[in-house]
Amino acid sequence: MKTLKQTKTFWIWIAAAVVFAVVTQFLINGGTLNSFYVNTLFFIGINIILAASLHLIIGITGQFSIGHAGFLAVGAYASAIVTTKLSLPFPVALLAGGVVAAIAGLVIGIPTLRLRGDYLAIATLGFGEIMRIVFLNMDYVGGASGMTVAHLITWPWLFACVLITIVVIVNFTNSTHGRACISVRENEIAADAMGINTTYYKVMAFAIGAFFAGIAGALHAHNFYIIQPTNFGFLKSFDILIFVVLGGLGSMSGAVIAAILLTIISTFLADFPEVRMVVYSLVLIAMMLFRPQGLLGTREITSFFKVGKSAKGGSQDASKQTVA
Amino acid sequence: MEIIQQLVNGVSLGSIYALIALGYTMVYGIVKLINFAHGDVFMVGAFIGFYCISIFHLGFFPALVIAMVACAIFGVLIERIAYKPLRNATRIAALITAIGVSLFIEYGTIYARGAQPEAYPSNIVPLKSLELFGVKISGQSLLILGTSVFLMILLQFIVHKTKIGKAMRAVSHDMDAARLMGINVNNTISATFAIGSALAGAAGVIFGMYYTKIEPLMGIIPGLKAFVAAVLGGIGIIPGAMTGGLLLGVIEALVSASGYSLWRDGVAFVVLILILIFRPAGLFGKNVREKV
Amino acid sequence: MRKKKVAGIFMSLMMAAGVMAGCGSASTSGDAEKGGTIKIGANLELSGGVASYGQSVKEGVELAFEEINKKGIDGKKLKLVTVDNKSDAAEATNGAIKLVSQDKVSAIIGSATSTNTLAQVQIAQDNKVPLITPTATNATITNKDGKVNDFVFRTCFIDPFQGTVAATFALDTLKVKSAAVIIDSSSDYSKGLASSFKANFKKNGGTIVAEEAYVAKDTDFNAILTNIKAKNPDYVFLPGFYEEVGLIVKQARALGINVPIMGGDGWDSPKLVEIAGADPLKNTFITNHYSSGDSDKKVQEFVSAFKAKYDGKSPDAFAALGYDTAYFVADAIKRAGSSDPKKIQKALESTDGLQLVSGNLKLDKNHDPIKAAVILEYVNGQQQFKTKVNP
Repeated sequence: MKTLKQTKTFWIWIAAAVVFAVVTQFLINGGTLNSFYVNTLFFIGINIILAASLHLIIGITGQFSIGHAGFLAVGAYASAIVTTKLSLPFPVALLAGGVVAAIAGLVIGIPTLRLRGDYLAIATLGFGEIMRIVFLNMDYVGGASGMTVAHLITWPWLFACVLITIVVIVNFTNSTHGRACISVRENEIAADAMGINTTYYKVMAFAIGAFFAGIAGALHAHNFYIIQPTNFGFLKSFDILIFVVLGGLGSMSGAVIAAILLTIISTFLADFPEVRMVVYSLVLIAMMLFRPQGLLGTREITSFFKVGKSAKGGSQDASKQTVA
Repeated sequence: MEIIQQLVNGVSLGSIYALIALGYTMVYGIVKLINFAHGDVFMVGAFIGFYCISIFHLGFFPALVIAMVACAIFGVLIERIAYKPLRNATRIAALITAIGVSLFIEYGTIYARGAQPEAYPSNIVPLKSLELFGVKISGQSLLILGTSVFLMILLQFIVHKTKIGKAMRAVSHDMDAARLMGINVNNTISATFAIGSALAGAAGVIFGMYYTKIEPLMGIIPGLKAFVAAVLGGIGIIPGAMTGGLLLGVIEALVSASGYSLWRDGVAFVVLILILIFRPAGLFGKNVREKV
Repeated sequence: MRKKKVAGIFMSLMMAAGVMAGCGSASTSGDAEKGGTIKIGANLELSGGVASYGQSVKEGVELAFEEINKKGIDGKKLKLVTVDNKSDAAEATNGAIKLVSQDKVSAIIGSATSTNTLAQVQIAQDNKVPLITPTATNATITNKDGKVNDFVFRTCFIDPFQGTVAATFALDTLKVKSAAVIIDSSSDYSKGLASSFKANFKKNGGTIVAEEAYVAKDTDFNAILTNIKAKNPDYVFLPGFYEEVGLIVKQARALGINVPIMGGDGWDSPKLVEIAGADPLKNTFITNHYSSGDSDKKVQEFVSAFKAKYDGKSPDAFAALGYDTAYFVADAIKRAGSSDPKKIQKALESTDGLQLVSGNLKLDKNHDPIKAAVILEYVNGQQQFKTKVNP
């Protein structure tokens, strides 16, 4: 009965999301949202995917990776090659971006995930930089001048990608694998002692995170007309990191909300780039000093609406995991 | 001759890395925190030196001393405000704070004075270049190397022969035990930050004098490279940082010399990843097993 | 659990869309035709790595707009809407989208550098708004794979011409036989200049003995310079931007490379002299769009007007081309008699013999101007007019 009800609500939400998408599509077609807003909306979507994918690596598995822009770059370039050089259709490019980035995630993850904490952070940072330098030196993809890519994404594509990313990552988190990942975050040595193959789960989370970052890369490439290695420097990695940290390490909805809010804020602050970065950095420091668990901690936004209900129906709130 | 010239180039580039790495390694050794802001303290030092020379018309050495003192104070402030409250927090929280502090210093500087570069006045220190068997060694690079070696020896002396050095070693070994032994842990950590930041400030002024151009984001890449150097030599080990810095400089020069100049920055990170995988304790370090 | 998350996401998306929809309806007002003003966008590098170029262009454009608005164009005034692209291509794309859809400008004065201009070309083409770059010299901006970008224009000559001029000057005036080339591989501009230089230098009997590359923001060039020194060239061609060029010239002289060094308009910034120092800049040359020392009446009028407005500052080539671009656009608007971007495009296309500070403007079929270049020499840290080369 409970399962049935859960499935039913799940589908209701999916349907609601689709209605939302359709309404937005009408607004776009009707011209209420001009291309500047559509562009911002797309940018928000891409950032949501990035935040969700990094959330899986940092928030759920507790592996501190600050080279996420590297996977974004791999996905962007792979998909751009598929559409512009091989002239294949966009869906293939989307998939290719994700798959190639996931492979990159495996390649980099298997050796480096043996490292811990700050060493892992530096190694991933190094990886991100290496990716940037590789693309900078590849004449096939235009070197520093980058590649000109056709603008192919439309609102339905973007929305579908965001929805799929969120559903997959949330489901993964709640599966056996996800719980294993959480145990790695909580205490790697204890998890190991409990018979969990920690390396396997770390690499798995890393690869899935990289896959979705690659999808985001494909969307990025086909939204911004041109991709260049400079778009994927470590500042980009920090931007993504800020989404996850601000929203709460371990909170999916937190990361998503942070991605939405910060993208909007930074669009408004676009004319004052220094102010934006000063504000970002102060928020980071203040957040760590006064609320190191982020806005939502490991809780999800829906848990705030659940208070009344859980008193009656008993809590089935799975978000009782301890903080990272 | 060419190869020797390239080695000389590498050593002079490496001594800058070494100078920054010395401070990095000290701070890491004691609080186990990658102080991302270290590269930015280096930048602040360069700017303080620049303003001393160009606005107050001070000589090179007074400017150097002022920059070192100012950076020492700055470093202590950073530690007290941002890092101290997090001493018992998770590694990730401390690391994020360090990134935040770094971004704040960079963009705060840009906000305050703009992003345009400044140029150190030339010939602050009139030094002749040396020509040995067709190899040109600039007087300035000898000065840098000399300064780095001198500071390294001084640091070794401080750490191994003085009371505060003994306290530093104790704190880095076991903070709680040191506290129980009556060591003022907070002051010791502050002293470490002061010394490390003063070194970064010195490196900033010397960098400005040698390379002329300074700008608010100049600390990022040398900071990362210095960290690589510190890891290469074995983090927390003073001669290791020195060796790591010089080695990295030479590797980069040789990579550029063999026609792969565009891959130079990439090579530094490849070195980092390789050393982390195969010898995480660095060239000079001993492997320590992680305790449960 | 999952439904809750989906719900959370859904609501946050909804909120975001609500916020944006609200803004959207507010901003569609403000039609350019009605208010007696014509909006012209400027997408410039006002901060970041090459801020000096964007700032100069902006000063030139503002001076020109002030002059034009004294008389007005058929009773209408020009209004400049500036966006800062932070010397970043992605920001340049965003800025162009904002100018086109939000501010509804009639034309965009494009970025100062080639990379950032390239990032806007597609937007100008898609939205049918003319994009006029004052100083982006890369050939592919106006013409990609043999197809002309009909909404893209420029006021400056292109890289192949600049490279040719440098090669001819090296061979005929400096009488050198061998050259080394140092390329900033993070810039289209530098690559374009280098390749046309190499082709022309080799074609006319010179040999390229060494070729090295660096990326923007590097500070230590001793390793590549040592390689070059070993090859003993008669001449070094260094097309790059002033920040790195200053350091390279300084380090080259310190290593004992005393041969002539030559570059393009990317050198043109007062910072260059500060960074390199006057002494190392001895025996260096650049190709440029104009010289403030030119005795031409039009040039001198501009220089004195510029100095009057900006506290005696001498205008560099970027300011001059910014100024020229503003007049180029104003002239087209006047002839089109409308602020409709498509009509302005037609008028821009038919520009012929317009008198500008940097020479007479006539466009070829690729929308590239046919005009002269000047060669300047650095003497005691000052640019000195050396010669003028006609195409």
